[in-house]
Amino acid sequence: MSGHSNWPEWIYVAVVIALMVWVGAEAWEAERLIEHVPADAKTIIVTGQQWFWTFEHEDGTKEIGELHVEVGKAYKFEIVSKDVNHSFNIHDYVVLMDAIPGRVNTVWFAPTEVGQHDIQCREYCGLIHYNMRGTLYVEAPSS
Amino acid sequence: MVLELQKPRPIWQIMFSTHHTDVGLLYLITSLAFLFLGGSLALAIRAELFLPGAQIIGDAMTFNRIFTVHGTTLIFLFILPFASSVGNYFVPIMVRYKDMAYPKLNAIAFWMIPPAGALIWLGFADFTWYATPPYSIISAPGPAADMWIFGLKILGISSVLGAINFIVTILKCKHPDMSIGQVPLLAWSFLSSSMIILVAIPTFAAALLMLLTDRLGVSGFFNPAMGGDPIAYAHLFWFTFHPEVYVLVIPAIGMMYEIIPRFSRKPIYSYNSGVFAFVLLSIVGFSSWAHHMYATGMSFTEKTVFMVGTLAAVPASAMHVFNFIATMWNGRIKFSTPMMWAVGGIALFFSAGAGGVANAAMPLDFTTHDTYWVVGHFHLFVMGTIAFGSIGFLYYMFPYVTGRMYNEKMGKVHFVMSFIGTVLVFFTQHVLGLYGMPRRVFDYPPIPEWIAMNQIATVGAMIIGVSMVIFLANMIYSSGKGALANTEDPFGVGGKYYYPFEAKNPSH
Ligand code: HEM
Ligand SMILES: [Cu+2]
Ligand SMILES: [Cu+2]
Repeated sequence: MSGHSNWPEWIYVAVVIALMVWVGAEAWEAERLIEHVPADAKTIIVTGQQWFWTFEHEDGTKEIGELHVEVGKAYKFEIVSKDVNHSFNIHDYVVLMDAIPGRVNTVWFAPTEVGQHDIQCREYCGLIHYNMRGTLYVEAPSS
Repeated sequence: MVLELQKPRPIWQIMFSTHHTDVGLLYLITSLAFLFLGGSLALAIRAELFLPGAQIIGDAMTFNRIFTVHGTTLIFLFILPFASSVGNYFVPIMVRYKDMAYPKLNAIAFWMIPPAGALIWLGFADFTWYATPPYSIISAPGPAADMWIFGLKILGISSVLGAINFIVTILKCKHPDMSIGQVPLLAWSFLSSSMIILVAIPTFAAALLMLLTDRLGVSGFFNPAMGGDPIAYAHLFWFTFHPEVYVLVIPAIGMMYEIIPRFSRKPIYSYNSGVFAFVLLSIVGFSSWAHHMYATGMSFTEKTVFMVGTLAAVPASAMHVFNFIATMWNGRIKFSTPMMWAVGGIALFFSAGAGGVANAAMPLDFTTHDTYWVVGHFHLFVMGTIAFGSIGFLYYMFPYVTGRMYNEKMGKVHFVMSFIGTVLVFFTQHVLGLYGMPRRVFDYPPIPEWIAMNQIATVGAMIIGVSMVIFLANMIYSSGKGALANTEDPFGVGGKYYYPFEAKNPSH
C-alpha cells in the first residue's frame, strides 16, 4: 500500500455495516411479529401434489383448486405434500411456504378485503408445475 | 505472451500439451463454446416466454430440460472453465514459476470437462440445477438425470484437482524473492476461490452419490417414502453452492483488479483491502447457505442465524466496489473495451448486491423467493458481474494470446448492446418477481403486467444475442487477420504497472 490514509474506506465500511445492522434488525422485528399465529386462527390443511392443491377445512369439507375463506378471520395453513416438493403461494398476501413430503409446515394469514386472488406453486415440481394454480375467494361472512 | 496463433502448431500438439498456456487455451476455447451453446438455450427460453401459450418450444418437458441445461452449462461449463483458463495463463506468470505445480494433473483436470459436458448435453435432464429430491429421485426421467449426476460428479473432481493445483502453485512455487503479500490480486483471487472449492465441493460430491443410490432404490437418504429427508439434501446442496457463488465471482473480481488499475493508470487504491476482502469473503461465505431455504419451514432462530450470516458477508463484497472506485478516482482513465466491461460489471455487481440484501431480509424473501426476482438477482451476478468481468478480461488478454488486436469499435458495440440488454432483462425480472411471477414456468396466465415485462426481457435478451454474434465475429476475424499488437503495451496506456507478460512455451 502506498502511504495514503485509509479513513474514507473505514467510514465506508462503517456505513455498510450500519446499514446491514439496520436491515437485520428491521427484518428480525418484522418476522417475529409475522410469525405469531393468532390463537383463534382456523386451520386449513393444504395438500400439494403433482399438479394441484387440495384444501381441507376444519369441518372436514374439501376443495380442489379453489379455496373459500371469510374476510376478517385468521387462517392457519398446515401444508403437506403427497409426492415431491411444492411451494404454496398466495402472492397478494405474501403467503409462501414449501410443501415437503414428510413434513407439516405452517403459515397463517388474515384476508382483509373481499376479492379473488391467484394461488400458485412456486417450487419446481415437474411437467405441469407452470399450471399448478388455483384461486382464493375471500368472501363476506356468511352469518 | 504466448502467441499460439502466430506460430501455428498442429492441433494435437496443443491437445496433448501439459504446458499451462496450452491448457489455458483449451480451457478458453471450451468455455467459449459452452457460452454460445448455453446462451442459445437462454434465447430459446426468452422466445418461449415472449407471450403466454406455447411459442417455439412445443412442450413443458422440453422447456424444463432447456432451462436446466442452460443453467448447468453456463455455471459449470462456461464460468468455471473460463476462470481456469485465466488462472492457467496468468497465475504461474504472476508468481514467476515456469508452469503450474502439477502440469499433468492440470491437463487431466481439463480433460474431465469435455466428457462431463457431453453427459450433461446428451442427457438433457429436467430437474433444474438443484436436482432437488424427492423429485430427482422419484419423478425425474432417466437416463438424463443419471447422466447429469455423473457429469456433475466429474466436474466436481475436476474443480478440486484444479484448486489443489492453484493453491500449490501459488503457495509453494512462487518465486523465493516474492512474499505472499506481493502476489498480485488476480492470483490472490484464485487462491481464495480454490480454498473455498476444497472446503465446499466434497459436501455436494457426497450428496450426489447419495442421490444416485437413492435413484437406484438401494438407499433412502433423501426419500421420505423410505424415511429420508429432502431438507437434508437442501442443506448439503447449499452448503456447497452458496460458497460456490463466491468461487464464481471472486476470480471475476480478480480480473477486474487487473483491468481497473491498468486503465486508470494508477496503482490499486488498497492492495491490502483487496486481499482482506477476498479472505474474509471465503470464510464468512460459509455462514449463510440456508438463506436459500427460508421457505422450507425453518424455525425463527435458524432463519435469524442465516440472515445474520448473509448480511455479515456483505461488507466484504462492498469493499471491492470501494476499492475499484477509489482506484479510478482521479485516474487518467482510458475507456478501452476491457475497461468498459469492467466498469459496467462493477455497476451491475453493486446493483446485484443491493438486491441480494433484500433477499436476505427474511420477511422480504417470502415475496421474492422462487420468483423471477431471484432469477434477476443471480443473473446480475453471473451475467452482469462474472460474464462482464470475464469478457472484459478476454478482450484484455486477446493481444497477449493471439499477438493481434481485436476490433476496438466492435468490442465497444458489443459492450454497449450487452449492457443495455442485461439491464433490460434482469432489472425487469426483479420487478416481474415483485409482481409474483414464479420462475421455471413454461407458460403463464395472461396478466398484462407479466406479458409486458416478459416482452421487455425477451427484447433485452435478443439484443445480447446479437451483440454476442458481433463478439464471435470479432474474435474469429481478429485472431487471424487483426492488426499486429504491440505486446509491450497493446492498449497504449503506458507500461508502468505491468507484470512481465512472458511465458516460455517449450513448443514455440
Ligand atoms: C451481497 C451479496 C449477496 C447477497 C446478500 C445474496 C443473497 C442471496 C439470497 C438471500 C438468495 C436467496 C434468494 C431466494 O432464493 O429467495 C440468493 C440467491 C442466489 N444468489 Fe445471491 N447473494 C449475494 C451475492 C451473490 C453472488 C456474488 C452470487 C454469484 C454468483 C450470487 C448468486 C446467487 C444465486 C445463483 C442464487 C440463486 C440460486 C437459485 O435459486 O437458483 N449471489 N442470494
Ligand atoms: Cu410446482
Ligand atoms: Cu446464497
